[in-house]
Amino acid sequence: MSEIPILSILIFIPVVGIFFMLLIRNNDDQSSQNLKHTALWIAFLNFIISLSLLFSFDLNNPDFQFVEKYAWIESGISYHLGIDGVSILFVILTTMLVPICILASYESIKFSVKEYLISFLALETFMIGVFCSLDLVLFYLFFEGGLIPMFLIIGIWGGERRVYSTFKFFLYTLAGSVFMLLAIIYIFISTGTTDVETLLMYNFTTNEQLILWIAFFTSFMVKIPMWPFHTWLPDAHVEAPTAGSVILAGVLLKMAGYGFIRFSIGIFPDASEFFAPFIFSLSVIAIIVTSLIALVQEDMKKLIAYSSVAHMGFVTLGIFTFTVQGIEGGIIQMISHGIVSAALFLCVGVVYDRLHTREIARYGGLVSKMPFYSFSFMIFILASLGLPGTSGFVGEFLVLLSIFSINTYFAIFATTGVVLAATYSLWLYRRIIFGALIKDDLSEMFDLTRREIIIFLPLIILTIFIGLYPKPIINIIEPSTEKIVNQIKMKLD
Amino acid sequence: MQSLVYILPEIFLFIVATVLLVTGLFLKNVKLINSLAIFSLLVAVILILNQPFQSAFLNSFVVDEFSLVLKVIILIGSIASLIMFVSSKDDLNINIYEFPILIIFSTIGMMVMVSANDLLAMFIGLELQSLSLYVLAALNRNSLLSSEAGIKYFILGALSSGLLLFGISYIYGFSGNTNFNLIAVNINPESLGLIIGIVFVLAGLAFKVSAVPFHMWTPDVYQGAPTPITGFFALAPKIAAMGLLVRFLFNSFGEIYIDWQQIIFFISIASMMLAAFAAIAQTNLKRLMAYSSIGHIGYALIGVACFTDEGLRSLLIYLMIYLIMNIAVFAFLLSLKRNDGYFENISDLSGMHKNHPLRTMLIALIMFSLAGIPPLAGFFGKFYIFVAAIESEMLFLAIIGVVASVISAFYYLRIVKIMYFDEPKEEFDGSSIKSLNLLYYPSSILIIIFFIYPSPVINISEYAIQSII
Repeated sequence: MSEIPILSILIFIPVVGIFFMLLIRNNDDQSSQNLKHTALWIAFLNFIISLSLLFSFDLNNPDFQFVEKYAWIESGISYHLGIDGVSILFVILTTMLVPICILASYESIKFSVKEYLISFLALETFMIGVFCSLDLVLFYLFFEGGLIPMFLIIGIWGGERRVYSTFKFFLYTLAGSVFMLLAIIYIFISTGTTDVETLLMYNFTTNEQLILWIAFFTSFMVKIPMWPFHTWLPDAHVEAPTAGSVILAGVLLKMAGYGFIRFSIGIFPDASEFFAPFIFSLSVIAIIVTSLIALVQEDMKKLIAYSSVAHMGFVTLGIFTFTVQGIEGGIIQMISHGIVSAALFLCVGVVYDRLHTREIARYGGLVSKMPFYSFSFMIFILASLGLPGTSGFVGEFLVLLSIFSINTYFAIFATTGVVLAATYSLWLYRRIIFGALIKDDLSEMFDLTRREIIIFLPLIILTIFIGLYPKPIINIIEPSTEKIVNQIKMKLD
Repeated sequence: MQSLVYILPEIFLFIVATVLLVTGLFLKNVKLINSLAIFSLLVAVILILNQPFQSAFLNSFVVDEFSLVLKVIILIGSIASLIMFVSSKDDLNINIYEFPILIIFSTIGMMVMVSANDLLAMFIGLELQSLSLYVLAALNRNSLLSSEAGIKYFILGALSSGLLLFGISYIYGFSGNTNFNLIAVNINPESLGLIIGIVFVLAGLAFKVSAVPFHMWTPDVYQGAPTPITGFFALAPKIAAMGLLVRFLFNSFGEIYIDWQQIIFFISIASMMLAAFAAIAQTNLKRLMAYSSIGHIGYALIGVACFTDEGLRSLLIYLMIYLIMNIAVFAFLLSLKRNDGYFENISDLSGMHKNHPLRTMLIALIMFSLAGIPPLAGFFGKFYIFVAAIESEMLFLAIIGVVASVISAFYYLRIVKIMYFDEPKEEFDGSSIKSLNLLYYPSSILIIIFFIYPSPVINISEYAIQSII
């Protein structure tokens, strides 16, 4: 146990930041600029601190590290934090994306800047909390708490149909999650604890597992989202401000994937095994159907949103193979998608800020006006379709490898998804970037500003780095994944 | 004589109320009388905290942990509504010195209610409380709505008291006793008359806590009564009636809980579901809060239906959190004021975050808390209720509970939506709400930071229930 409660610091720095922000005036442009700088520095500070996790993280230790445990509500429900190889990368992904989001909102958010930044910092607290908590009640608290700031972000600073979208987002997710709450309470009553470490050792009867698994599944299925409960996602993405989409695609969806790994397969292995074919079917349907839907989209954000659903299909495929490769693939796919889809939404945001439309048909031939933009966009598009050498490839490859070893049919169908992904991604790219620049209003377009380059640069580097040399990432993930898989095997036998 | 010592706080408040009544006649200073009333309620809190635990008047009036905690909660509610009164009396046309005195009388009634261990003591407390409330509801004589509210409340309240009395006579007839403990000893589980008696008493009490199907008065009275009084309705009487309900059911009919459990079960479900749907269509904030309180009572009743320690504990936790949330909401309602006019329609809130960012942010969080979204206090209230329900294997109640909470999230969100997403209107006054800040900020901060250190509330509830089970 480390001396400094570094995870609590990570979680509560944004909260302290919020108090600072409350004290800053917000009545003219100058002060709202100050607010943005303050929020950016707070988020950046958090990022730096989270990097220190990487350095003091023990790669050979598959158990939870940086553990903190204090009595909280009552015996059995404690304030228990800790991270292992599965969660550390998500924490860093979160702390990395939040400053990027704030930076991306510098120009696009014009009113109520203070509330906007406060919402973002609050959201960061909740997101980090989700990945760090080792207590189910604490997890639920953070998992659901994130709805409040996200509801406001979409609803206040969103597009035209923002009210409809944000209500849909909130109520869908809430309705999914309340059953998880009941399941958590049931677990608390029957075992006397909601401590994850204890529960991972606990053996529920098969019947209990089946019901509890379904309850958890409803929540995660809506959040990740799986077909056919994905419909809130395109709406939320389309109407959210750019930074909202980035954080939604980048982190919020991953909370459910993380939940699957940590809770569904960890605590209910029998049920997970029982339901695995069901998950595979849903995932494969999601991959193919949403890819096809993506093909016909007129709206850039909607297209990327549907592609997110398809990518998440790979994640669930990988996780429920119960193989080290599959779970690792799922995690890497999530990390990669967190970077790539976030970047794609940022790319949309760049042109949206200039032309204020997301309709694909309004663009064309941007390459001649915006070469740097076209270059960055291309890298992310290629990563999104899983080109070897980019981060998207590693995850998809591992997942497909593992699913081939389980069931060939599912693997074949899943692979068609890769082809479809190439189709819709490249077609999107062609329609926006290539062709002749004939539309009048496009002649006003200008290339990436320095601020935008700063935003894209780390994302480009990470995408290529993970694609070319995934070893460090795998080194971090592997021990904990192996431990999870061994535990499942042990419990199943 | 000895017994009189045990009702010292009640006697004290009674003397204060009478003295204030006479003083008020000569001294037309409403503010002074109000301050004295607040002060004497605070003194009553101290007296209650220092009382020995005893039963008085042949065991028909008990002072125990349960009554102590509930009395303090009730007094806090009364004090809060007196503070609301002083901040709004001039503008609402209720600048009448009887207001604090009626509140005190009503409070005495409620204190008797939570201490009552006898059917007659129960009825006396209930009537003292109700009669004061009838007058309070109609306090604004110039307003048609207020008079209507008063009359409606009075007629329906009298009807419910009649039912209650009818039930009491049945119970007395079939058990030969009026004392809760003696009823429990002499109970005849086979007796049908006793069941009829319980049903009628429960109907009367359900009216007081405004549980479906005896809720019809609530929206009209909430809307018609002046806002500080509505706040009082929402805060204290329901908590007192809930305490009475618990003591009545647990002390005297614990043995035949199977029989009354299903009644509570039904009214709990009906309250949660009806409130969730009916509130969606409301346009008036006070009516909306009426339905919201019906819904919350439905959740609290789950705790009663469980008939376990856990259930009772969750009930008390829920009531405490409910009190804090309602104090915040009604203080907020009173601050919606512009040029001496008050606003009650939801649409009046439109876009108010532009002009009042901090106030709006807090009220939005309170709405989320009412909806039961973590990490706010409202979530913990529901959490404990569901823990109790699942522990006593009432999974069905828990499922209905979560479904209703998702539905009701919609209308709380609608308020947030209107405050944040819609176009702004004119500013509200900021200056006149100094005394309201006293209620508004502490209660909202309590709601927000509750999750950091929830044990005091839990410990208090555990302390309170030890005398019941």
